[in-house]
Amino acid sequence: MARLSIEHLRKVYGEFTAVDDCSIDIADGEFLVLLGPSGCGKTTTLRMVAGFIQPTAGKITIGERDVTTLPPWKRNCGLVFQSYALFPHMTVAENVAFGLEMRKIAPADRAPRVTEALRLVRLTGLDERYPRQLSGGQQQRVALARALAIEPDVLLLDEPLSNLDAKLRQEVRVEIRDLQRKLGLTTIMVTHDQEEALTMADRLVVMEKGMVRQIGTQRELYEKPADRFVAGFIGRSAFLDGAMAEAGRFRSGGGLDISCKATASGPATLALRPERLAIGADAEACANRFPARVEHVSYLGALLDIDVRLTEQDRILLQVPNRPGAAEPKPGDMITIGWAEDAGLVYPREAKA
Amino acid sequence: MSAARLSLGRLALNGAATLSLGFILLPLFFVFWLAFFRQEIPSFPPEGYSLKWFQAAANNKPFVDGFLLSLQVGVSATLIGLVLGVPASLALMRHRIALGPAINTLLLLPLVMPGIVLGTSLYVFQIETEIATGLPVLGSAGGLVAAHSLVVIPWVVKLVTASLAGFDRTIEEAAQNLGAGPWTTFRRVTLPSIRPGLVAGSLFGFVTSFGNLEMSLFLVGPGRTTLPIAILQYLEWKIDPTVAAASVIQIVLIGAAMIITDRYVKLSRVV
Ligand SMILES: Nc1ncnc2c1ncn2[C@@H]1O[C@H](COP(=O)(O)OP(=O)(O)OP(=O)(O)O)[C@@H](O)[C@H]1O
Ligand SMILES: [Mg+2]
Repeated sequence: MARLSIEHLRKVYGEFTAVDDCSIDIADGEFLVLLGPSGCGKTTTLRMVAGFIQPTAGKITIGERDVTTLPPWKRNCGLVFQSYALFPHMTVAENVAFGLEMRKIAPADRAPRVTEALRLVRLTGLDERYPRQLSGGQQQRVALARALAIEPDVLLLDEPLSNLDAKLRQEVRVEIRDLQRKLGLTTIMVTHDQEEALTMADRLVVMEKGMVRQIGTQRELYEKPADRFVAGFIGRSAFLDGAMAEAGRFRSGGGLDISCKATASGPATLALRPERLAIGADAEACANRFPARVEHVSYLGALLDIDVRLTEQDRILLQVPNRPGAAEPKPGDMITIGWAEDAGLVYPREAKA
Repeated sequence: MSAARLSLGRLALNGAATLSLGFILLPLFFVFWLAFFRQEIPSFPPEGYSLKWFQAAANNKPFVDGFLLSLQVGVSATLIGLVLGVPASLALMRHRIALGPAINTLLLLPLVMPGIVLGTSLYVFQIETEIATGLPVLGSAGGLVAAHSLVVIPWVVKLVTASLAGFDRTIEEAAQNLGAGPWTTFRRVTLPSIRPGLVAGSLFGFVTSFGNLEMSLFLVGPGRTTLPIAILQYLEWKIDPTVAAASVIQIVLIGAAMIITDRYVKLSRVV
């Protein structure tokens, strides 16, 4: 177990930059999740740490060891593959023992460690089975046990749960997390399942187009998204395009004057979390209040999702509590919506090519 | 009515299958039968049965020597074919090599080239090599083995590339991740996965080499005769059932090899 540091990592394929200037520090025992849309470079980053892809530039340090140029078999990273990659011609016990064998551990000393690894993943008694005789969930656990048995400095998980059904995924999620805490394993997990990322991570890294957009805790990412991409990617946001009229005043494309806590200038985008918006009487006390036409209402039990239009160009999504007895807005209704000054986050607008 | 037609169709199919099987098996059947005839000149019906031709075959020195030479050449050629064919298959399947498909076709060529053509060209090549290097090549054991490797390689390449095609390379990465270097990874993970292709390729390669007549005719030296050539030479003088007995022994040995192999590797699945 060790801390892992990735500095200015970069991978270029011909003309295409798959990972660009990626720097991440992972503390000893921390569970870090790499999150991002498909093709953003998560797997590439993970495989560079494992040693299967040679970085174009940058440095990877595990503990005190600079491993940047070490081959995979000298890195002591436990990697769990998305497809599990169990050895089909070896039994469960042989699979788990393989890494120990490679470390020249005597057969007599391997057995208890294999048993212990299988006990950790709750697979006791299946030692003599072959991978094809196991369910998907059991195979996944063998893959995990095999990675844990070598007592890796870092544990790397590439979408380890994506081949499991929803219910099993919930269970294994908790199990992996408990195990990781118990063993104090420094871990990087890749996923594009946001819920999975939010429930498991100590900290998250949001990537897009090969670049790290933001690193932080769930709360930091949700409440202080670093840019418009993160604001839209983590949770939901409504966006109003416009420009800063002066410090603290944003003017939307549809001409609304909105007060906000921003000092930027020039073209900008205002991001609003749906649940920070209020309607009707609740909106009375808000700094920003506007009339709006209801376009669409979704009933979600305790909550209502309401799409409203403020002007021709300005549309917003609201999420409000569904109070028993209160009249439910209907499409076509005119209502008043409002939000506090600090609810709107302003991001400079990237010039459109 | 339609059931009747269906069963009629099935009958026709079964009939055709039986017929073609009979077509293949009939000559074999006659060879077996003939080997046990008592009289010297094969004629029907047989005058009686005897095992003396088997004894004659076993006591025929050219046959025994030929058998041993064919065995040695076959085994050596198969080993060389594996040593060259397996890395070639790996390279072809795993790396984008310039002219890869062309090389692949080239490696399979000795299998489809007529034996006479192959024999002639190797004959000329070996003579030229002898002239150029001054070393005895033509008629040497080495020259014969080298030529036979040529007909083993296509089988190895064909069957090993086929088993590599369905091979999941992430298990090699898994092995490396667990601390195995490239050679250990190959030995412990890759090799067991391509073993069916390896075994089947060796078997068919060996059988092809063992039975090769046309090419060997050009390349054998004095006092160095393979079994097929020994049989041919015998037939020039006599047509008694000794040859049938020798053939039966060969067929039984090859059949046994296939059955034993099939127990470990389902041949029908790899070929
Ligand atoms: N060998 C390669 N040659 C060229 N481009 C590649 C290569 N490998 C990956 N890429 C590209 O690099 C980008 C990042 O790939 P990567 O596999 O890291 O994505 P990812 O974030 O893991 O996506 P997903 O969530 O779909 O698994 C992709 O656009 C991919 O097309
Ligand atoms: Mg991926």
